[in-house]
Amino acid sequence: MSAVTVENLFMEYDGNPVLERVNLAVAHGTFTAIVGASGCGKSTFLRLLLSQERPTRGAIRIDGEPVAAEPTPDRGIVFQRYSVFPHLTVTENLMLPAELAGSRLFGRLFLGSRRRAREGVTNTLQRIGLWAARDRYPAQLSGGMQQRLAIAQALLMKPKVLLLDEPFGALDPGIRADMHAILLELWREENMTVFMVTHDIGEAFKLATRVLVFDKVRHDPDFPEAYGSTITYDLALTRKDAAPPPRLLNPPLEGGSKAQSAFGEGAAVADGPPPSRTLLAQSPTSPRGGGSMEPRSSRQGAH
Amino acid sequence: MTATLSGSPGKAGGDAVPRPKPPRRRLRLINRKPGRGAVVILGVIPFLLIVGGYLVASALRRAENPQDKLMPSLEAMGRAIVQYAFTPDVRSGDLILWADTAASLTRLGGGLAIAATIALVLGIAIGFLPHARATLAPVVAAISLIPPLSILPILFIIFGLGETAKVALIVIGIAPIMTRSVARAVAEIPQEQIVKAETLGASTWQLVTRVILPQALPHLVTATRLALGPAWIFLISAEAIQATSGLGYQIFLVRRYLAMDVILPYVAWITILAYSFDLALRVLSARAFRWANSAGRGL
Ligand SMILES: Nc1ncnc2c1ncn2[C@@H]1O[C@H](COP(=O)(O)OP(=O)(O)O)[C@@H](O)[C@H]1O
Ligand SMILES: [Mg+2]
Repeated sequence: MSAVTVENLFMEYDGNPVLERVNLAVAHGTFTAIVGASGCGKSTFLRLLLSQERPTRGAIRIDGEPVAAEPTPDRGIVFQRYSVFPHLTVTENLMLPAELAGSRLFGRLFLGSRRRAREGVTNTLQRIGLWAARDRYPAQLSGGMQQRLAIAQALLMKPKVLLLDEPFGALDPGIRADMHAILLELWREENMTVFMVTHDIGEAFKLATRVLVFDKVRHDPDFPEAYGSTITYDLALTRKDAAPPPRLLNPPLEGGSKAQSAFGEGAAVADGPPPSRTLLAQSPTSPRGGGSMEPRSSRQGAH
Repeated sequence: MTATLSGSPGKAGGDAVPRPKPPRRRLRLINRKPGRGAVVILGVIPFLLIVGGYLVASALRRAENPQDKLMPSLEAMGRAIVQYAFTPDVRSGDLILWADTAASLTRLGGGLAIAATIALVLGIAIGFLPHARATLAPVVAAISLIPPLSILPILFIIFGLGETAKVALIVIGIAPIMTRSVARAVAEIPQEQIVKAETLGASTWQLVTRVILPQALPHLVTATRLALGPAWIFLISAEAIQATSGLGYQIFLVRRYLAMDVILPYVAWITILAYSFDLALRVLSARAFRWANSAGRGL
C-alpha cells in the first residue's frame, strides 16, 4: 500500500505560479507517466513529490501520511543526468546505501562488513548487466549503463514511490527500448508506485498504466507567467500485461476550453499505443463526481 | 563509356577536358602540427639559446675584464656549487645549500599544508552549507584582496621574527584564493547528486564525507598547484626580509658580494624545486583521482 494523494497543490517561484490546484489520487502500484510542454512544471511536480522543494500551498500524502519535509529513502529518484556518483565505481555506487546505514560516522565500511556489502550487490550487478563493468567509473559507462545503474541504485532502498525525471531523455532510441523492458520488469517485481516524467508520449503510453497531461487551463497572452499548470488530462490505460488500472480518478478539472490544445499535443503520438491495449480516458469536461470511464480509442480521444 | 567515366573520372575525364590542376595548397599555420620529436626539439631550442647566449656574453665580458663578477663562467658556478652543496661550512659544519633547502621547504611545506587544510574545511563549509556561506564568503573574499606583503610587518610584530611569521605570510597569501576555488568547485557539484544521496539515507555529515569531500579533493590539488607560484614568492620575500637561513635568505645575503656565481645556481635550484613540486602534485592527482581524469575533466 503506497497510495499517493495530492491535495490542492500550488507552487510559485518568486510570485510566478508554476502549478495550481493540482489534485491527484494514485493507487498503489500505478505506473504514472507525466507529459506536458517543456517548462510547464513537470519537474517541479516531481521535486515536490520528493520534498526537494516545499509547495506554496497544498499537501502530499503517501498512504495517508504527509511526506517528510526533505528527501527521504521512502521516495527514490532518477534524474536525466548526474544521478550516480562520479567518484565511485559501479560497485561502490551500489554499496553506498549499505555503507551509509552501516556506519553513521564515516559512511564507510571496512574489512568483513565491506566484503559482505560487496557480495550483497553482486546479484544486482548481474541483473542490470553491469557485472563486467563493475569496477568502472560512471564516466567510463555509456548513457544507458549509467541510467541502469541509477535506477538500480534508487531501488536499493526499496522506496515506496519511484520518481523518474526524463530518465531516458538523453539515450538513443534503440537503447531506450531495452531500458523500458528493464524498468517494467523492475516495476512489476518491486511492486512499487512509479511516477515518470517524459517528453516522449509514445514512451508514456508504452510504459504507464496512467498518463497525466500537465498544461495551463487559463492563459493570459499579455502575461504568460500569470497562471500555472494543472492536470488537464488523466488517462487510465488497461493492458493485458499490466496491473489492473486504478479505478481512482481525478476530480474533474475545470477549463475544458484549453482541452483542445492539450489533446492537440497528445494527438500526434496517440496512434502510438499498440492495438493490444485499451485506452480508458476520462473526459476532462465530464461532470463532477461522475468518475465514469468510457472506453474510447485513442483517435476518438484526440478529436 | 559512361561507366568508365563515372568509374574513374580522374583519368578518363581528365584526358578529355583539361581540368584545373588542384593547387598544392599549403596548410594554414594553425593546422600544421609538429611531430613528437619536433616538439621535444622545439621545446629545447629556447633553453639552448639562453644558455648559449649567456656563455658567449660571459666569455666576452671576461675577455675584457677577467675580474668580472656579473656573468661568471660555468667553472666558477661549478666551484660555488661544490662549495655550497658538498663542503661543510667552516663555522656551522653544515652543507649550506642543503640546510637552506631544508629550511625553505619546511616553511613552504608548512604553509601549503596549513593553507590546504583551511581551504578544504572552509571551502566545503562555504560551498555546501548555506549558513556558512552567508557568514564566511564575504570575509574570505575581503581577506583575499589584502596584499599579503603589506601585512608582513604586522606578522613580524605579532609572531616575532621566527618561523611562524614566514609560514603565516604564505598561509595568508594563498589560503583565501584556494578556499574560494574549493568553495566554487563544491557549489558546482550537481544538486541531483546531493538529493540522490539524501534518498539513499545520507546524513549531512555523511554527505560531506562520502559525496562532497572526495569530489573536492581533486580541486584542492589543482588549487594547490596554482598557489605554488605565489607561495614561493611569499617565501622568498619573507626570507629576504628577515631570516637566518633559507634559499631566499642566502641569495639576498651573497648579493652584497655580487656573488652571481652563487645566486645563479640558487635560482636554478629553486626553479627545479618548484617544477618538481608541481610535477609531483600533477602525478598525485592523476593517480589518486582516476575517476576525475576518466571523466575528461582535466586537472
Ligand atoms: N528554482 C526555480 N526558481 C525559479 N523558477 C523555477 C525554478 N525551477 C523551475 N522554475 C520555473 O518553473 C517552470 C517549470 O519548470 P520545470 O518544472 O522544470 O518544467 P518542466 O520540467 O515541465 O520542463 C519553468 O518556467 C521554470 O522556469
Ligand atoms: Mg523537466
